[in-house]
Amino acid sequence: MSSIISVANLSKTYGSGFKALKNVNLDIKRGEIFALLGPNGAGKTTLISIICGIANPSEGRVLVGGENIQTSYRKARSLIGLVPQELHTDAFESVWATVSFSRGLFGKPKNPAHIEKVLKDLSLWDKKDNKIITLSGGMKRRVMIAKALSHEPQILFLDEPTAGVDVELRKGMWEVVRGLQQSGVTIILTTHYIEEAEEMADRIGVINKGEIVLVEDKATLMQKLGKKRLTLHLQGKVTSLPESLAHYELDLCDGGATLVYDYDTKGERTGITSLLGDLRAAGIRFNDLDTTQSSLEDIFVDLVRTS
Amino acid sequence: MNHRAIRAIYLFEMARTWRTLLQSIVSPVVSTSLYFVVFGAAIGSRISQVEGVSYGTFIVPGLIMLSVLTQSIANASFGIYFPKFTGTIYEILSAPISYFEIVLGYVGAAATKSIILGLIILATAGLFVPLHIHHPVWMLTFLVLTAVTFSLFGFIIGIWADGFEKLQMIPMLVVTPLTFLGGSFYSIDMLPAGWRSVALLNPVVYLISGFRWSFYEIADVSVSVSIGMTLAFLVICLGIIWWIFRTGYRLKN
Repeated sequence: MSSIISVANLSKTYGSGFKALKNVNLDIKRGEIFALLGPNGAGKTTLISIICGIANPSEGRVLVGGENIQTSYRKARSLIGLVPQELHTDAFESVWATVSFSRGLFGKPKNPAHIEKVLKDLSLWDKKDNKIITLSGGMKRRVMIAKALSHEPQILFLDEPTAGVDVELRKGMWEVVRGLQQSGVTIILTTHYIEEAEEMADRIGVINKGEIVLVEDKATLMQKLGKKRLTLHLQGKVTSLPESLAHYELDLCDGGATLVYDYDTKGERTGITSLLGDLRAAGIRFNDLDTTQSSLEDIFVDLVRTS
Repeated sequence: MNHRAIRAIYLFEMARTWRTLLQSIVSPVVSTSLYFVVFGAAIGSRISQVEGVSYGTFIVPGLIMLSVLTQSIANASFGIYFPKFTGTIYEILSAPISYFEIVLGYVGAAATKSIILGLIILATAGLFVPLHIHHPVWMLTFLVLTAVTFSLFGFIIGIWADGFEKLQMIPMLVVTPLTFLGGSFYSIDMLPAGWRSVALLNPVVYLISGFRWSFYEIADVSVSVSIGMTLAFLVICLGIIWWIFRTGYRLKN
């Protein structure tokens, strides 16, 4: 899959001397959903702002659809739709007027049929004549998405798209995003909701302290870094474990009723077979067992802690 | 040239005018009419003529300029400040549009509003005093030049301001006094010699003088100097705006 965005050696130092981005290199593939994860102040919004033309880079180069964002900004920007993190909307304009304005701003001829489709897709059609000030927060968020989609962009940036949005609406937005991907739009989303990335993304990038810590296919990332947990439900309660089991670093939980063993899926040997043998030798019996995969959230927390 | 974007910004700004018709058009017309009542009728009855023109007629160009200057600044500064304040400026900055096109959209709309306003005030004045415009083309030229120049100036103030207080500060503390002292209601020949020299440091004198000349062929300074000063101010404003966009001052991080 070819790159639709290519970021090379990008750095950003603010006037205060704060280095928001340090030598960032990143390629976004055409047609994918890319989730950019990172704690507050990691540099996510700065990176998006530079790609979209809102902030100037200090060093480095960004190509969007093969066009340099500085020397060929018209072509580059016309490919992008941006939904920023904050709810920046007009107040007194109607939904229809503000979405149509965005289309004009991007140099596209009037196309009421397209605006109608966007508004219907985002369940805003019945609000088209309402003033934006009268809408709820979730609706304003959808108006911003409608504005970003008004000029039929090939790339959509969603900076924290579901912040402050209720669960039902969030799932509705996920459907919209999936539909956009199916229509060929490349989507880059930043989020604090790990389950959002886990649910939506094809690839995941983690940024921390202005540096890209990792970029990986979601499935590979889960497999590569994911730990699994084996939980054994014991037949009787155990107060202490014999010395022969010490090297497994087991945890006794529920007052000795369950035994927990964490193992690494990327290791050649999980140690499960020998553990079960040693348990039998030690006379510890169990009547049930289950395994769980660590979530992306666990992986993310580990990465940020160690980077 | 992204003419659709210029049109979008221009129409968006003009729509704001129609939405706020009362404050955009009606209130300056009402206040100008009040000026006529106070200055034209009350004071005018004690001053028979100024340089061969009745006082009520004499103040018409100054009154138009007073409104055009202040409204150009107010329209343009608010037009660009409001998106900064609400955050919607992100959309302008991320659109495939050049700085020149952004300025054309905002300043074009602000100047259009001021020109319409100036013409409405002119028509209103016609209800109070008899008017004869000697050089209508020059009158329109001065009107357009002043509206554009001060809309550019307002645009700069709107970029510079980081609060509503600053937005009001320059118009209230600098522009309004300069306009009142710029010969809106009197000829600077009526001032004592020393003050006349001081008045010539006021750029507004040149605007009003040139504009009044286009009406009655009477001027405090020569017409070419008036045009030269207006153009000089226009070029200075354009230079500052070019610098603002080049550096991203108060717009981009």
